Amino acid sequence: MGKLFAAVVFVITLISVAIFVMHTWWLPIDISTTGPAVDRQMNDTMIGTGILFLAGQLVLGVFVWGSSSRKSGRKIRIFPGGATPLVTAAIILVGLEILTLTFVGSKAWGAIYLTPPAANSLRVDVQAEQFAFYFRYPGPDGQFGGLHPDKIDDGSGNYFGLDPANDIAARDDIVVGSLVVPVNRPVELTLHSKDVGHSFYVRELRVQQDFVPGLDIPLHFTATQTGKFEIVCTQLCGLGHYNMKAYLEVMPEDQWEQWLKSQAGQ
Amino acid sequence: MHETSEHAVHQHAPPTSFIRKHIFSLDHKVIGKQYYGLALLAVFIGMVLSWLMRIHLAWPTWPIPGLDKLSAVGAPAGVMTPEYYLSLMTMHGTIMVFFVLTNAPFAAFGNYFLPIQIGAEDMAFPRFNMMSFWTTFTAFLVMIAAFFVTDGPPISGWTAYAPLSAVGKDAGPGLAMGQNLWAISIAIFCIGSLLGALNFIATTLDLRTKGMSLSRMPYSTWAWFVTAVISLLAFAVLLPACILLILDRTAGTSFFIPSGLVLSDRLQPHAGGSVLLWQHLFWFFGHPEVYIAILPSIGIVCHILPVFARKPLLGPRATIGCMIAIGFLSYMVWGHHMFVSGMNPFSANLFSVPTLIITIPATILTLLLIGTVYGAKMRFTTPALFCLGFISVFISGGISGFFLAQPSLDTYLHATYFVVAHFHFVMAVASIFGVFAATYFWFPKMYGRMMSDTLGKWHFWLTFIGVYCIFMPMHYLGLAGNVRRYSAFVDDYLIALIPVHKFITIAALATGAAQLIFLFNLIWSRFRGPIAPDNPWEGTSLEWSTTSPPPFDNFGGRHMVVYQGPNEYGVEGTANDYVMQTSPEKIVTG
Amino acid sequence: MRSRYFTALAVAVLLGSGMLVFAKPPAGSGSITGKVTYTGTPPKMKPIDMSKEPSCAKQHATPVLTENVATGPGNALQWVVVYISAGDQGSTAPSQAVRYDQKGCQYLPHVLPMQVDQGLQIYNDDQTSHNIHPLSKINAEWNKSQPPGSPAIDTKYDKPEFIPVKCNIHPWMHGYFIVLNTSHYAVSGEDGSFDIKGLPPGKYTVTAWQEQYPAQSQEVTISGSEAKTANFVFKVLPY
Repeated sequence: MGKLFAAVVFVITLISVAIFVMHTWWLPIDISTTGPAVDRQMNDTMIGTGILFLAGQLVLGVFVWGSSSRKSGRKIRIFPGGATPLVTAAIILVGLEILTLTFVGSKAWGAIYLTPPAANSLRVDVQAEQFAFYFRYPGPDGQFGGLHPDKIDDGSGNYFGLDPANDIAARDDIVVGSLVVPVNRPVELTLHSKDVGHSFYVRELRVQQDFVPGLDIPLHFTATQTGKFEIVCTQLCGLGHYNMKAYLEVMPEDQWEQWLKSQAGQ
Repeated sequence: MHETSEHAVHQHAPPTSFIRKHIFSLDHKVIGKQYYGLALLAVFIGMVLSWLMRIHLAWPTWPIPGLDKLSAVGAPAGVMTPEYYLSLMTMHGTIMVFFVLTNAPFAAFGNYFLPIQIGAEDMAFPRFNMMSFWTTFTAFLVMIAAFFVTDGPPISGWTAYAPLSAVGKDAGPGLAMGQNLWAISIAIFCIGSLLGALNFIATTLDLRTKGMSLSRMPYSTWAWFVTAVISLLAFAVLLPACILLILDRTAGTSFFIPSGLVLSDRLQPHAGGSVLLWQHLFWFFGHPEVYIAILPSIGIVCHILPVFARKPLLGPRATIGCMIAIGFLSYMVWGHHMFVSGMNPFSANLFSVPTLIITIPATILTLLLIGTVYGAKMRFTTPALFCLGFISVFISGGISGFFLAQPSLDTYLHATYFVVAHFHFVMAVASIFGVFAATYFWFPKMYGRMMSDTLGKWHFWLTFIGVYCIFMPMHYLGLAGNVRRYSAFVDDYLIALIPVHKFITIAALATGAAQLIFLFNLIWSRFRGPIAPDNPWEGTSLEWSTTSPPPFDNFGGRHMVVYQGPNEYGVEGTANDYVMQTSPEKIVTG
Repeated sequence: MRSRYFTALAVAVLLGSGMLVFAKPPAGSGSITGKVTYTGTPPKMKPIDMSKEPSCAKQHATPVLTENVATGPGNALQWVVVYISAGDQGSTAPSQAVRYDQKGCQYLPHVLPMQVDQGLQIYNDDQTSHNIHPLSKINAEWNKSQPPGSPAIDTKYDKPEFIPVKCNIHPWMHGYFIVLNTSHYAVSGEDGSFDIKGLPPGKYTVTAWQEQYPAQSQEVTISGSEAKTANFVFKVLPY
């Protein structure tokens, strides 16, 4: 029975690790300036914990195998040195791993969340609602109109609660259902929620940030590749959560300028 | 100590009526069995819910026969709507976390065996004890009632994040009456748990028999004691949080609802609340809750493994120290659930460090268990297999914690199936393996009959391989960015991952079906199992010094006197290879 | 499909035989026709961005526009409900249900009048899930998802009310259920015209309702089988 247990644990462990190593299912491409640090951190953690996982499971298997020996006259044996070497090993090995991961990882985190956005950032307002994202560009005047929750009216397309009758800055605001940005230009988002908690998640940007009702949450990124990527909601927000998505379209700068002009004309 | 327990003997005589004996019983053993029965009922419901969800995720258009009978609105023609999926998900999580993982390893086995293991005749407050169970049972009924209200159960998940959970019907179906029932049920549950925790603490501190010093307490008792302390602090935070939520929902207050929210075209009449306040309160409870679920199982495994390894647990003091350290640290890490929640990003680093530090005591515990297996003469009974299985799944679940504890990785992995894999392995599966080990181990004591070892082994192998087939692939899904809590996968990106979901669903159905073997074994052995001797496994702790099942006052009027620690296995130069805790013989270590 | 066809046939046969056997209530032959127009500058209707739901977006060659102030040539104002708000003798609801479709992530029609207690059948013709959330205040409120291919939702309203309808999954989907006490109503078309038929002689208040601007009423007296004219002019604002 012990040998069987050991064999099953070996097989499970090796198959599991093999699939990780082969990257059968893995992160999609990275298109952000801050993503490579995250990916590196992911790889380092994967290797470090992978070794712990393999070692833990295999040693367990080996010991169980040994403990099933039916040799007559075999006496029980205490682990060499008792608990002390194990406790010491755990503290030193895991402690080192923790220290390394924290020091390296906090840089990756800081680059995304703790650095201010570049001064030339493109500012886009994001409104999340059950169950869609809307994006607002300031329009030709470069000014965002004020937000008035009482003016919000999905039926007339006023998703943000603009007041164009009294607020001139709001009249040329461009509101669209996709986040269209120029490549290689820093983008600074301000996340608002109209109703409940939502989240902004673009796998390819390696970025996730909740929308908090009542707060304006800043988030910035720079996309380094053109293409169309999904923005999905990752904070449970109600019945349509699974279908709450939008697209991030990254365009060459000139194409983006044209797009913006065509939107402003509407 | 001795005097107090002597006093307890005369506290109450055995009841004679059926109701006082089996229903409103003051006997901790009956109450323990009642908790176990409740957990069994709850786990069955929770498992069926997970089946329904899994089938829907893999084959979203398949009608599930009979589901429309359960809810004609939620599943017209047997195909569940997105909101019904979320209802089932919310109920699955809530029932499993509260009524299974909190009840089974802690309240059920703790109630039955904590007093016996310390040589007491009953809990310190038997009436409180009865109240705890019936309060918990009431909470369960209120929770189940949510299935039968018009809109169905709530759809806000077991975490009930505000404002989704706080604003009422405008936020969606299930968030009117269903969510009210949820909040009321959890509030009631908190009261039951607080009573239970107080009782456990008082009993452990006051009713230990002569010679049962703290260092001679079995590891399971230590774990229940530490868990009780955690519970007392955790549920004391969740209870007021639930009351505030109920007030926001029914009395027009705005603890968790800020101004200017528009739901379903209606400007909400609230202002001034904080959404993050709920998350802080919830996770201040929620993270310790993880340890409420897992610590008793760790204690149980530490208690059972030496019995079958026939050698003492490696590092007894380190083990207890680690349990206490985990309990202490569990209160400093709640923010790691909120890295991307809009909390100040600086605090992410602050919460990340203690979270990673928790892996140190957890690693030590794991290594000590593995070290205990080294050089053992293992008796491969079913409870022993479940202990070994526990070590394996605890490693698997713990490893993924390294990823999620780091904010820089959480920014990608948060709210993906990686998280689902992590907490199911480390909290659900590991804890349940502890419960299985405990069941096979203590059933002879509780019912005086042995469980079938053959069926038990079948149950173990199918479950062990099954849980890996279910939860290991979820890591891959998470790495690929598969978001959790989706009722269907409609994006091009996620559609490509559906084959993995199909595999998981099949594994879940098979593993679930394997639990029927356990259920059958449980019922069959209760009536037909071979009669159990008093100490079938050759254990040392006090429960093995009394009859199977124990008499009403646990030791038949005897006052147990303890001379040894619980760890005296593999002792040479004695008649057996072990020394009972009650045995006065001197152990010569050589 | 076939069963729907049969249902329609059965309903038609039943209705026909009903007409033969039972005397119909005294239906008049008077009518009120007219045109709904606007003065001022109407707000610009915005193109709806359906990019989040590709299966719907591809059904529309050019983007669909919002319909809250839908205008036509000659200052015509569409989607105005003109109905008898006073003077009607009342009648039982017709057995024929009204039909509401969700197609291409739009509500068809945008404004759906019906009588109290008249059946209402809601269909999802799309390849995606919708949720129908009629925001009623007087009638019982409900909110249900309708996955693709699921059966029609059969319901009715028992009190008169103007009910905004929304789909949260596709927030731009916005329409109205107009539950009336009368069987005499019409909805202005693209050219702003409407035609209320079958009015017995009497003195009536005719009301025109538009979703964004205040309702207007006129008194109209019908004797015999007259055809009266009633025009409505709404004052609109650009914002």
